[in-house]
Amino acid sequence: MAQVLPAEGDLRRIIGDGEGVPDGEVEGLTDHDLIELYRGMVLLRTYDERSVVYHRQGRIGTYAIFWNHEAMQAGSVYALEDDDWIFPSYRESAIGLLRAMPASTILSWWRGHPAGWWNPADYNVASICVPIGTHVPHAAGLAWGKKLKGESACAIAYFGDGATSEGAFHEGANFAGVMRAPLILFCNNNHWAISTPVSAQTAAATLADKAVGYGMPGTRVDGLDVLAVYEATREAVARARAGGGPSFIEAVSYRAAPHATADDPRAYIDLERVEEEKKRECLGRYEGYLRRAGLLTDEMAESVRSEAADLMREAIAAAEAEPPADISLLFDRAFADPPSSFEADLAELRQVLGDDLG
Amino acid sequence: MAELTLVEAVNDCFHTELERDPWVLVMGEDVGRAGGVFRATAGLRDRFGPDRCVDTPLAEAGILGSAVGLCMAGWRPVCEMQYDAFSYPCLDQLITHVGRYRWRTGGKMEFPLTVRMPYGGGVRAPELHDDSPEAYYVHTPGVKVAIPSTPADAKGLLAAAIRDPDPVVVLEPKLHYRTLRGEVPEGEHVVPLGKARLAREGSDLTLVAYGSMVPLAEQAADALEGEASVEVLDIRTLKPLDEEALLASAAKTGRVVIVQEAPRTAGYGAELAAILADKAILDLHGPVLRVTGYDVPYPYWQIEDAYMPSVERVVAAARKLLEF
Repeated sequence: MAQVLPAEGDLRRIIGDGEGVPDGEVEGLTDHDLIELYRGMVLLRTYDERSVVYHRQGRIGTYAIFWNHEAMQAGSVYALEDDDWIFPSYRESAIGLLRAMPASTILSWWRGHPAGWWNPADYNVASICVPIGTHVPHAAGLAWGKKLKGESACAIAYFGDGATSEGAFHEGANFAGVMRAPLILFCNNNHWAISTPVSAQTAAATLADKAVGYGMPGTRVDGLDVLAVYEATREAVARARAGGGPSFIEAVSYRAAPHATADDPRAYIDLERVEEEKKRECLGRYEGYLRRAGLLTDEMAESVRSEAADLMREAIAAAEAEPPADISLLFDRAFADPPSSFEADLAELRQVLGDDLG
Repeated sequence: MAELTLVEAVNDCFHTELERDPWVLVMGEDVGRAGGVFRATAGLRDRFGPDRCVDTPLAEAGILGSAVGLCMAGWRPVCEMQYDAFSYPCLDQLITHVGRYRWRTGGKMEFPLTVRMPYGGGVRAPELHDDSPEAYYVHTPGVKVAIPSTPADAKGLLAAAIRDPDPVVVLEPKLHYRTLRGEVPEGEHVVPLGKARLAREGSDLTLVAYGSMVPLAEQAADALEGEASVEVLDIRTLKPLDEEALLASAAKTGRVVIVQEAPRTAGYGAELAAILADKAILDLHGPVLRVTGYDVPYPYWQIEDAYMPSVERVVAAARKLLEF
């Protein structure tokens, strides 16, 4: 039945603070799992930090930063099976890395090169959704469609706090509820939609409150705690597979970086809060947990980081080595059977541009 | 052949296509238990079950958005928008995703969905049950658009849309849902997209029309009998357009009047006129004229007849051009 934690209730947490708050455990997670989660977070962190550098170097275009969102992404994806579908927003642009998508593909996407346009069925990762929240009904439809086919796969849709104000979010969530679609609505509440605080998005006490209206359970979790995110998602996945329908997870974090490389948050954000958040960022917190558990040494951490750095070096080289896209790509991907006018348009364009540019 | 009304032909198409392909499903508001407000989907829920003729929540963007996800899961959804003007919330999905997703996947993933809706006025209905929104759809890259004018084409074009690997929007002239009867082939019947239909041959002037304006154009041709030999070209598929048929008719008669129910400015008729200006200029004996609705909100029904293109307006335009 629909349930929601009280507005002022504590967020679900597993990771302690190394002082007064003790570390917890997630039942069923092995040491290997804990290290794999770490590896995923480091991969995402490295991708993100390198991307900001690549942008400054003019090697990729405008880039939506996801620094300090790694726990939400790595933790939730780890609770999925490979045949479950992921519907990312642009804030999760690199989430395909966790499904072995080449980093060069995602870098190519941010370079505006057609090599960055992947087939969702290759990874069960939908295309990056740029408009806000409009992919929520897609995820609902896919989950419903899988259920109709008698398959056990579920879907997860990622979106931010701002997306919950969109009509598409409402229609998708409502559809999923009515169809009892095996869907996880994963709301990354980082408190900011560019410059608009979450308090200006909704009068609801929490975003998870919205779940009640869709007849699904809502839960609030510390979005900087990878283990709590994993555990909450695992519960939602289990419910979905058991025929219990969709769930809403509000993962609470704080955006400690600009919205995107084109954004200057100094005009609107609380800079002191940002500094505090940077100190308790999610990767450092998880490293602390692993070290306290005796699972991570400096050597291992260094090795995981350098592995990720190597991967990014190779990826940007591969993305930059892509030959320039031929202008025929303007025309040959929009329809299975392009109209004859496209051929004439292309011929004229080649002629005007000169064959050497074609 | 069976003698069917236009809406019965739509229904016949559904029964045939759902039987033929187990991945086709119909979804929309009131399409299941009620069989559609115009009965276009009557009998489907009983025959194919509630999972293949789905009563959805009242959510046009949700219908089309979840249809995108259904395509990803391997389904071939046919979405009903209950009325023309109720379809506007789905334009967001159509523009931001439906028309782009194949392209976005490098052409590797198909989105074989169909959106169909009754359109047009003349039925004495309340506000926003009368619009002709085809230009919005035609203007959306990655989407095909068809508008039948006969029962046989209503069945055949819808079948082609359902079988097409890309998204197709089909607008059905609700004015003629029950007023037009015609021979409809039984069983599978497909009218290929992109092929116009010569509704009537003539040699002096071409009336170019689609959907509910085709019978009107034919009446105008009748009215001009004795004065001029009038050809009527039924465009049938607005995108992709059968440009060859348009240019052939223009070359033959040298005079073209385009009849369009939608408001005039930047309507589909403007595109046809531009193509004629570009490619038929030397064949034309006079300007390309348009008879259209006006650039106003679709009116209260007590004066809707004044808004709609009429036989009189079409005849007047034809005479003007014949005398040019």
